[in-house]
Amino acid sequence: MGKYYLNYLDELESEAIFILREVWAQFENPVILFSGGKDSILVTHLARKAFYPSKIPFPLLHVDTGHNFPETIQFRDELVNSLGVKLLVGSVQKSIDEGRVAEERGKNATRNALQITTLLDAIETNRIDCAIGGGRRDEEKARAKERFFSHRDDFGQWDPKNQRPELWNILNGKHFEGEHFRAFPISNWTEMDVWNYILRENISIPSLYYAHKRDVVWRQESWIPVSEFLKLEAGEKVEQKKIRFRTLGDITITGGIESDADTLEKITLEVSAMKQTERGNRSDDKRSESAMEDRKRQGYF
Amino acid sequence: MKLDTNQLLRFTTAGSVDDGKSTLIGRLLYDSKSIFEDQLAAVETTSKRKGHQGVDLALFTDGLKDEREQGITIDVAYRYFTTPKRKFIIADTPGHIQYTRNMVTGASTANAALILIDARHGVIEQTKRHAFIASLLQIPHIIVCINKMDLVDFSEKVYDEIVTQFEGFSSKLYVKDIQFLPISALLGDNVVNRSEQMDWYKGAPLLYTLETLHISSDLNKIDARFPVQTVLRPQSEDFMDYRGYAGRVASGIFRPGDEVSVLPSGFTSKIKTIDTSEGPQEQAYAPMSISITLEDDIDVGRGDMIVKKNNQPKPVQEFDAMLCWLHNGTARPRAKYTILHTSNEQKAMIKEVVYKIDINTYARNEEDKSLAMNDIARVKIRTTRPLMLDEYRDNRITGSFVLIDDATHETVAAGMIM
Repeated sequence: MGKYYLNYLDELESEAIFILREVWAQFENPVILFSGGKDSILVTHLARKAFYPSKIPFPLLHVDTGHNFPETIQFRDELVNSLGVKLLVGSVQKSIDEGRVAEERGKNATRNALQITTLLDAIETNRIDCAIGGGRRDEEKARAKERFFSHRDDFGQWDPKNQRPELWNILNGKHFEGEHFRAFPISNWTEMDVWNYILRENISIPSLYYAHKRDVVWRQESWIPVSEFLKLEAGEKVEQKKIRFRTLGDITITGGIESDADTLEKITLEVSAMKQTERGNRSDDKRSESAMEDRKRQGYF
Repeated sequence: MKLDTNQLLRFTTAGSVDDGKSTLIGRLLYDSKSIFEDQLAAVETTSKRKGHQGVDLALFTDGLKDEREQGITIDVAYRYFTTPKRKFIIADTPGHIQYTRNMVTGASTANAALILIDARHGVIEQTKRHAFIASLLQIPHIIVCINKMDLVDFSEKVYDEIVTQFEGFSSKLYVKDIQFLPISALLGDNVVNRSEQMDWYKGAPLLYTLETLHISSDLNKIDARFPVQTVLRPQSEDFMDYRGYAGRVASGIFRPGDEVSVLPSGFTSKIKTIDTSEGPQEQAYAPMSISITLEDDIDVGRGDMIVKKNNQPKPVQEFDAMLCWLHNGTARPRAKYTILHTSNEQKAMIKEVVYKIDINTYARNEEDKSLAMNDIARVKIRTTRPLMLDEYRDNRITGSFVLIDDATHETVAAGMIM
C-alpha cells in the first residue's frame, strides 16, 4: 500500500493552487499584486502551476513607488517575459505628479502609505475585482486574522470586525459593483515554509536576497542601502558591508542584514536560525504597534 | 526537519482567557522556540507596562487593536509553529457563547481540538459547548487539557474527577478519539516538557501528543470525489486539444484508467491522465490539486463532480442538515439563499426548522423556529436543482455547505448534511 498523505509543503502548495483556481473561477478580472519580493514571486510560481499547461490567465500588477532596487525591476521584466503574461504598473510618482497624494515630509518620510492611493486607483481604472497578494498570516498580528478571500468595500477598506466567516474550503467571493476582494493563497505559509519551498523548487529570486557587497548606512537598527533617494543624516556614514535583504520593498526603507549566505541552502539555514522576525527590518512597521492594521484598514496590501 | 514526510496538523483551541488558553498557546510557541526576539521584546514591554510579573505569555496571541484594548479575542486568529516532526496551524478561537460562529469556523478544518478546563472549576457550561462543537464539526481527535493543575496541588484526585465528569456528559456525543492531559500552561508542566510535579500521570506531554497524533487515516480514502473548479484549455501548439478538469480531490483515490461518472449529467468515461505541472501522476488522493483528462469528449464544467462509476453520491433536492447561523440578521422564513456546496452553486430555501439545540445542555427545542446568530438547528433544505451529497459524517468536504444572503452577499449559515 502506497503513501496516501501529503507532506506539509505539498499540502500548502495544493491549498494555494486551490485558492488561485477559485479566484479564476469566481472573479472576472483578477490580478496578482507583484512587488518583486519573494512572496509575490512565490504566488506567481504557484499560479503557473495552478493553470499549467495554460499560461497564467491574468496579469501581474506592480505598484511602483519609484524608489526601486534596479535589480527588482530587471527581475520583474524577465519574469513577465518568460511567463508570457501582461504587466500592469501603477505609479506612485504619477499619483504625486497628478496631485492625488502628497509626498510625506520629515526624517523618516516614505512612500509606503502613498501606495494605497495608487493601488486603489489602479484597481479602479483596470476594473480589477480581485487582487491576489502574497500576504501571510505569520507576518504580523493584524494579518493573523485575514481571510483567504478578504472583502474590501467600495472605498477599498478592510473591516476586520465584519469579515465573512470561511469554513471548510468554501470561499465566498460574491461582491457588488465597485467592491473588490484581496485573495491570499499563501496565508498559511510561514517565512520558513517559503524558503524551504523556494529551495525545493529552485525558484529564481532577485540577487538582492543573496549576500552581496553594498554601500549602506546604519539606521533604525538595520543597514539601509545607499541610493539616489537616501538623504544622509548628521552623524551617519556610508560603509561597505556584505549584506542581504530578508524582504524587499521601497529601497528607502528596506534594511539589510549582515550575512554570508550566498546560496539558497545557506539562506534557508540562516533563516531557520533567525532570532528576529523578517519585518523587524522594515521601518514602516516600527511606527506603532498597530501600524500594519491601520494601513490595512485603509486598503493596504 | 524532514521535508519529504513531515505532515501538517491543524488544531483548534477553544476557551476563554480565564482557562489560560492564550497562555497555553503562548507556552507552546515559546517552549518550541517559535517566538522571535523582537516579538518577545514587544511582549516584555507590554507586560511591564501592565504591571505583570515576568512575561505574560498570553500577549503573544493578541491580534487586533480592539482586542488588545478590550483584552478579548473577537475573531479566529491563526498561529503557526514548527517542530522537527510537524508543522502546526492553530486556529485560535474565542470561547464566549456569542462567538459560537468563530468556534465553528475554526473547527471546520481542524484535525484536532484542544479543550481547556480550569482544574479549579471542572466541567462548566463552556466545556460542554466546546465538546459539542468539536463533535458537531467531526473533529477527528479531541484532547482535553485540564489546566492550572498548579492551583490544585497537582492533585490526581481532582484530575480523575474531572475526567469522569467529562466522560459522563460526552458519552452523548459522537467523538472518535479523546485523550486527557493534566497541565499547567503557566508553569509549562506537560506542555512541551514532562511535569516533574505529576509522577502519577504516565502519558506524554501535549506537544508530543500533537506531534504523533495519527492523522493519515482521518481523510476518507474510499469514496472518490472530485469537484471540478475550472477547465484548463491552453490551446497552445504543444497542447492543442488539451482539456483538463482542474480541482482538488475531496476524498478517495483516482487513477488513470478508472471508470468514472460525471455528475449531475451521469455521462461515463475513463480517466485518461491525471496531471500536475510536474507531469502525469499515477494516482491522486485528497487533498491533491490536479487536473484530470478524460478519454471521451463530454461536457464538463465548474460545479460538476467526477466520481467513480461504482460509488456515487446521492443527487438530492431535499435534505436534512445541521445548520449553524453565523450572521447578525435572523433567518427569513422560506427566503431564498444561494447555497455553495463544493464548486457547485444553486438556490436554496430553508423549508423547516425541525429543532434547535441548546449547546450547553444538548436539549432539543422544537417550539422555537427562529434562527439567529450562533443558533444551531436541524433544518430541512430544498434546492432548485439536485446537489451531489454525502453525509458530513462520511465526508467533510462533500457533506458541507454555506448559505449566502443574495441581498448582502454575506455568508449567513454553515451546514452539515445528515
